[in-house]
Amino acid sequence: MELITPQIGLLFWMTISFLTLMFILKRFAWGPIMGALKEREDSISEALDQARLAKEEMDKLHSSNEKLLEDAKAERNEMIKEARELKDSIVAEAKEKAKEVTDKEMISARENIAREKTAAVSEIREQVALLSIEIAEKILKEQLSDGDKQKQRAEDMLKDLELN
Amino acid sequence: MIALLMSSSAMAGSGHDTDGANVPFSPSELIMHHIMDAHSLHIVGDIALPLPIIIYSSAKGLEVFSSSNFHHGEATYNGYRLEHEHIIVVDSEDNLDEAATAEIIDFSITKNVATLLFGVILLIIIFTSVAKSYVRNEGKAPSGLQSFVEPIILFIRDDIAKASIGEKHYAKFMPFLLSIFFFIWVFNIIGLIPFFPGGANVTGNIAVPIVLALVTFFYIIRNSGKAYWIHIFAMPGVPTWVLFILTPIEILGIFIKPLVLIIRLFANITAGHIVLLVFFCLIFLFGDGGNAGGGFGTAVPVMAFTIFINCLELLVGILQAYVFTFLAAIYFGMAVAEEHH
Repeated sequence: MELITPQIGLLFWMTISFLTLMFILKRFAWGPIMGALKEREDSISEALDQARLAKEEMDKLHSSNEKLLEDAKAERNEMIKEARELKDSIVAEAKEKAKEVTDKEMISARENIAREKTAAVSEIREQVALLSIEIAEKILKEQLSDGDKQKQRAEDMLKDLELN
Repeated sequence: MIALLMSSSAMAGSGHDTDGANVPFSPSELIMHHIMDAHSLHIVGDIALPLPIIIYSSAKGLEVFSSSNFHHGEATYNGYRLEHEHIIVVDSEDNLDEAATAEIIDFSITKNVATLLFGVILLIIIFTSVAKSYVRNEGKAPSGLQSFVEPIILFIRDDIAKASIGEKHYAKFMPFLLSIFFFIWVFNIIGLIPFFPGGANVTGNIAVPIVLALVTFFYIIRNSGKAYWIHIFAMPGVPTWVLFILTPIEILGIFIKPLVLIIRLFANITAGHIVLLVFFCLIFLFGDGGNAGGGFGTAVPVMAFTIFINCLELLVGILQAYVFTFLAAIYFGMAVAEEHH
């Protein structure tokens, strides 16, 4: 029975010391500890949130990067296509111009040739005429030195004339 | 082990000293002596620290003197005498004055009170230093003692307080829950330490659980909401005639709750001490009457068993702290519960 009979002294001291303990610990231990724990948890969850946000941002950036890359590719293709077209058109133009120039040159060359030819032909003709005259002169001189033959010739010529 | 041996030899010594050489060894007296409070703090062998005696009586007022004046119950001082660790008033012929004895109130710093003050100071030092390291290590990982205590604090907060009381109200009960948990745990362990400054059966002394339960009780009453009282006096969803049976039970329940807390803690811790002491007494029972062989022969298995019980008591020490805290949290949860109907 003594075992379960509380002594007033111990009850008194226990009440005082436990309430004091609780007051002091609440003020100087549990308060700061719980505060620090909560603060740390908040900062951890905040950091996690931020990490998630950063990841989302990264994903967004990644997709926009991809879009940029695609755009750039498309642009490049466009540019290449344009360049090719330009090149083709330049080449075609150049070809045409070259053709024109050569055609013109050919024409002028042909004209020149023709001119030269006519000139040459006329000169030849002149020369031939002169030569013929000379030849004729020489022949005549020779023929005229022989009276019979001259006569013969004159008669032949006349014969021809008559036939005509 | 050495400590246990030391304490057991001390027990044997005290048993024989008080009873005289020819009186047979009495285990129940020894056990009760060690479980109950005392007016001196036993250190080792015959060395004991005298403690202040504080007595209040309406006739003589407040009196303070050292317990060494009683010379272990052999001397009368100022009309007081120590009889089986109880202070009694004696008349001039050294006879018990029952009327005067009933009138005095003993506020002495007994073994338990001294241990209580020691433990409270220890708790304050431990937890203020832990709190300091929280300030010092702000935003960093816990270190040292802090990292030992933190998981326990988090467990009490998350698995006891938040789980039983709820996210909304748990915060205001945290200081109390943490205080009782560490208080009970530390004093359970101090009680298991067989030498100075431990050894006092503080949490196993009925006065200590009574105060803890009373504080819990006042916390429940102070924080109880309307729903709590409605559930006691008019349980919703129950036919009226059932209420005539239920309401008295519920009213009794208000007081049974703290009573359960008291009995559970007191019985568990005291039982642990008794079991340990009973095993030690076996040594001296077998070795009684100069039978040294019997004593030493018994000592070996008894030691093995005591070590086992001691480990068990370490577990019981933390388990009872947990159970007390958990039940208190459940009661708080009931008190602050809101209407759900």
